Amino acid sequence: MTERPLLDVIGLSKAFGALKATDDLSLDVVEGEIHALIGPNGAGKTTLINQLSGEIAPDSGRILFDGEDITAMRIHERPHRGLVRSFQITSIFPDFTALENVALSAQSRAGHSFRFFAPVARDRALNETAAETLASVGLADQATRPAHALSHGQQRRLELAMALVLKPRLLLLDEPMAGMGPEESAFVVDVLSTLRDSVTMLLIEHDMDAVFALADRVTVLVYGRAIATGKPEDIRSDPAVREAYLGEEEAA
Amino acid sequence: MLLFVEQVLNGLQLGIFLFLVAAGLTLIFGIMGVINLAHGSLFMIGAYVAATVTGLTGSFLIGLLAALPAAALVGVAIEVVVIRRLYAREHLDQVLATFGLILFINEAVTMLWGRTPLFLNVPDALRGSVEIIPGIPYPVYRLTIIAAGILVAVLMWLVIAKTRVGMLIRAGSTNREMVAALGVDIALLYTALFAAGAVFAGFAGAMAGPLVSVQVGMGEQILILTFVTIIIGGIGSVRGALVGSLLVGIVDTLGRAFLPDMLKLFLPPAEADGIGAGLSSMLVYLLMAVVLIVRPTGLFPAAARAH
Amino acid sequence: MPKSYEKPFLVIGLVFLMAFPYLAEAMGNAYFTSTVSRILIFAIAAISLDLILGYGGMVSFGHAAYLGVGAYVIAILSFHFYDGSALFGLPGTEFAPIVWPLGVLLSAVAALILGALCLRTSGIYFIMITLAFAQMLFFFFVSLQRYGGDDGLFMFAGRSHMPFIDLDNDRTFYFVCLAFLVGFFLLCRAIVASRFGRVLQGIRQNERRMAMLGYPVYRYKLAAFVIAGAGAGLAGVLLANHTRFVSPDILAWTKSGDIMIMVILGGIGTLTGPILGAATFLMLEEYLPVIFGDLSMPLLKDHWRIVFGPMLILIVLFARRGLYGLLFRKENGDD
Repeated sequence: MTERPLLDVIGLSKAFGALKATDDLSLDVVEGEIHALIGPNGAGKTTLINQLSGEIAPDSGRILFDGEDITAMRIHERPHRGLVRSFQITSIFPDFTALENVALSAQSRAGHSFRFFAPVARDRALNETAAETLASVGLADQATRPAHALSHGQQRRLELAMALVLKPRLLLLDEPMAGMGPEESAFVVDVLSTLRDSVTMLLIEHDMDAVFALADRVTVLVYGRAIATGKPEDIRSDPAVREAYLGEEEAA
Repeated sequence: MLLFVEQVLNGLQLGIFLFLVAAGLTLIFGIMGVINLAHGSLFMIGAYVAATVTGLTGSFLIGLLAALPAAALVGVAIEVVVIRRLYAREHLDQVLATFGLILFINEAVTMLWGRTPLFLNVPDALRGSVEIIPGIPYPVYRLTIIAAGILVAVLMWLVIAKTRVGMLIRAGSTNREMVAALGVDIALLYTALFAAGAVFAGFAGAMAGPLVSVQVGMGEQILILTFVTIIIGGIGSVRGALVGSLLVGIVDTLGRAFLPDMLKLFLPPAEADGIGAGLSSMLVYLLMAVVLIVRPTGLFPAAARAH
Repeated sequence: MPKSYEKPFLVIGLVFLMAFPYLAEAMGNAYFTSTVSRILIFAIAAISLDLILGYGGMVSFGHAAYLGVGAYVIAILSFHFYDGSALFGLPGTEFAPIVWPLGVLLSAVAALILGALCLRTSGIYFIMITLAFAQMLFFFFVSLQRYGGDDGLFMFAGRSHMPFIDLDNDRTFYFVCLAFLVGFFLLCRAIVASRFGRVLQGIRQNERRMAMLGYPVYRYKLAAFVIAGAGAGLAGVLLANHTRFVSPDILAWTKSGDIMIMVILGGIGTLTGPILGAATFLMLEEYLPVIFGDLSMPLLKDHWRIVFGPMLILIVLFARRGLYGLLFRKENGDD
């Protein structure tokens, strides 16, 4: 791995009062890989994603995306560079239909939206892209239902479709399988592995089966620090990781 | 110079009125998450009751003492009948419903007291002036207001900083759920806090009675200035309300007193008066705009809330 | 009735409104034409507010400010025209093709400046700050002694002059108002259904997510705010012409409240609703006292607001979908 990483996090720190949520964290994601981020609750995984997506400003450190320093880049500019996130707690547009949700996301890629007259509902380019993406997450038959009426699992998949339609170069996935049943989880794992060749992913996930099925590399985060990075099989046998996880299992 | 000191004191006194109204409003928002447009009505009710009871008994003190429970009573009634139903609603609903309350209360006051403004004399004991600095006489009554305001502010600080109720208030203004988790009777705490906010506003209204004409609409006038105060100070923060109030009070008063004269240095007198009057009435709003540009959440933002 | 009946309902409504002046004259109540003109004007203001309130989720409590700017532009230029004096070195004018667009433009500029500031905040701050800035403009106009200050300004030169159209004729003026309402309604309908409109509604539903999808949310909100300000400015232009009188009352904070009530009463987040709301609100305002008078309840005749206030509270608490919700039922799957 001599090539420049797509995402390069260098010495990132963020503290909330006395709590160090991110503690001098360095991490890189290489183009084409699925990089899983695991760690016990409170390890600072979502805080890291929030810094990568721009919602939280880090106290120190740098974030390079494709060689460019994006540490201070505004939130709404990042998706246009190809850095797209999905949310752990489903974040959709409840009054819009599933199709409209994805079309609205697709619209963001299609230039500015200061277009006041042509009816968007009849915008074929947007609707076709949206319909294809919906189909790819298995929601084709739900296209015209309002998003708030979808089941939890369907909303999770809608969330994923909204991220995918942005054609990300790096997808930040914050527990995409959270709250899903085993069948739906397996389906999403399938969807993600078909994307393996086209999208680089940084994946937060608690479901270890999914992590080991998908990840090329795994980073273990504890108290805001990366205690280990490596191939899944190496991580599995790492004593420091076992200790960190044993602690969590006892608490749980 | 003499005039300047006098105007600063006048500004301080306006600031104290604003603080008394703002403190309740900002805590009610901070803790209950409700924007209550009818808070200014409590100021008005304080003034009306004080004016009426003083007229009947001849004693301003009795008038003042009657105004406090009256404002508290109306405050509690408002909370129990309307506001309580709005805690879980969006801000738009709160704005509209409390706007409806204003229409109702203003009309009710008009029915009871008529449209002619009431006038309230400065109580005999507090009439006259004292020389605060040699050569600067200042009305005793206004000094009393400043002293009373400082006293109330200190009391409020003591309650908030030193008592269990204060601890709940502090906790509640940054984290509402936590207070609920402490097993406190939330409904009672809310009603009590509302009553306290009403008493402060009513107190301010009663004290303002002898200085202004007591009439319908006086509540909204002070309410909107209070908003400016809160925006400058930061929502949910009593300290912010205090600083914001004094700032608004002093800037407004000094602006009105001196801006036209200062403009006369550059402009012909007639225009200076016109522009000066316009500019000075807009001054506090411009101040608000500047604060907003520099610090969008006010000078003393309460701890960030998830919203 | 089902939602699909909305279009026929609107067409019938339009036919009725077009016939209205003749009906009123036939019944010997030509005065009604003027009353309804006022309703048409406020309907424009209410629609413009709903664009940001109902579609964009921006609770602006200062909308009357833009109404006031539009109205004062007309009145002040008319004042200089009548008086022969100059304003910034230019003569006043009553020429509608100049002053009307100017009124709308300056309202839009005011909305751009104040909106740029207000939209730095959100939630409760936004409500208070829009109210406060509107109050600032109120005091600004109060302080304009030359233009009547508190007492307001009469347009002694009459309504604006329009080539080929006699605006001083009440019936003609009515049709001009109606034409503007229809035009503005159609414009807003297009906007709401456009890419921009979808972005606006997306922001209302989930602003954070919109930013994460790559939308510069602030710019879109500001654009909507300016469009709404221009719409209110148009209403102000017409209102000044309607009454031939302007006073700071037009941008009093209670007027902002009134316009907001029209939106809620009619049905927030719809374009038909605000029209119904404006009509109902202004009729209530005009006839509630009369009705109480007829019922020989003199106390309520003078103090009808004591009924109106609680009515408003009840609507807010229990009938959030407004008149629109009463008329048109929700479609399956809407909720």
